[in-house]
Amino acid sequence: MNDIERRLAAAAVPSLNVAGLNARLRERATRDGLLDVAYATADSPLGPLTVFVTPTGLLRIRYQDEPLEATLQETADRVSPRILEAPERTDVVRRELEEYFAGRRRSFDVPLDWRLVRGFAINVLRATSHIPFGAVTTYGAVATEAGSPRAYRAAGNALGSNPIPIVVPCHRVVHSGGGLGGYTGGIGRKKILLELEGSLPAGR
Amino acid sequence: MTGRGPHERPSRRVLVRVRLPPFQTLIDAHASELHRFLSASVGPTEADDCLQETFISALRAYPRLRDASNLRAWLYTIAQRKATDAARRWKRQRAEGLEGIELAVAAHDVADESLWLAVRGLPPKQRAAVVHRFVFDLAFREIGQRMAITEEAARQNVHAGIRRLRLEMDR
Repeated sequence: MNDIERRLAAAAVPSLNVAGLNARLRERATRDGLLDVAYATADSPLGPLTVFVTPTGLLRIRYQDEPLEATLQETADRVSPRILEAPERTDVVRRELEEYFAGRRRSFDVPLDWRLVRGFAINVLRATSHIPFGAVTTYGAVATEAGSPRAYRAAGNALGSNPIPIVVPCHRVVHSGGGLGGYTGGIGRKKILLELEGSLPAGR
Repeated sequence: MTGRGPHERPSRRVLVRVRLPPFQTLIDAHASELHRFLSASVGPTEADDCLQETFISALRAYPRLRDASNLRAWLYTIAQRKATDAARRWKRQRAEGLEGIELAVAAHDVADESLWLAVRGLPPKQRAAVVHRFVFDLAFREIGQRMAITEEAARQNVHAGIRRLRLEMDR
């Protein structure tokens, strides 16, 4: 190694302020209309929730047991790869969720982005989004509301793949025989939500 | 004879959708090394701006990208371009003798200012190759991969860059 090469190798390069860079990129990307999907994770009584928001509205809510990378990649494939972690863009949704869990909110006001839902599932989930706080209904009733009374199994599948749980309250759909039925986030979470809404006696 | 033979397949444009990772993962994975690359290429003062411009340009073009096999080299190509823009701006300002030049020069790597100013003045490919070789300590093959050029071209760019730096420093 000659002298110049040694001097190059001795370069003192300052380290990067990563948080500062991310903040500037989020701001600039938003201003230039380049941020298609923003996401952020926050704690809740159901464990950490990752909230995904587009300029249209709330796109999806992820429970912790789903690997974040997989959810991010699927969102990139189906919506847009222009995805940044941008907490300030998800503030409104996170505040409404906080109020809901604190018992100060019974319905959500944020607009929804239905892009991750296709076909019959759209009808099912739209019907589900009208089930009021504190009420429960059956798979059959939701299927009927969605326009196909006999498609309660398809309705069950649609509810099972609900990309916006809690806000689109699929937890309010139960079996006609009195069983709770299934839940994407696990039956434990369904119980917590129904107890919170007073539809299920606590500790059952 | 024109027209298609019976065994010829109709030409069909196949739309292959490239699987692009969420952009945030590119920032998380490459921001630090790109920052180092840019700091060595244009100095710490300009590096922050260049890095931001690199990612914004990348984000703008991202959904239209048709080849996701070497995203790192793609980012380096953009960063190299931003460094070149910055170097041109700097040369122009210097030629015009604008105020503020003193500041830009002083803020450069103070330990070895004259050398780093010479690096900044190198042709883009030589500058990138020299930085990859001596700041990142990469082998020529790796430099080729990062710059999307052959190993031999990487070697030539490094040598030409060093030769040029030596001339500059001896002046």
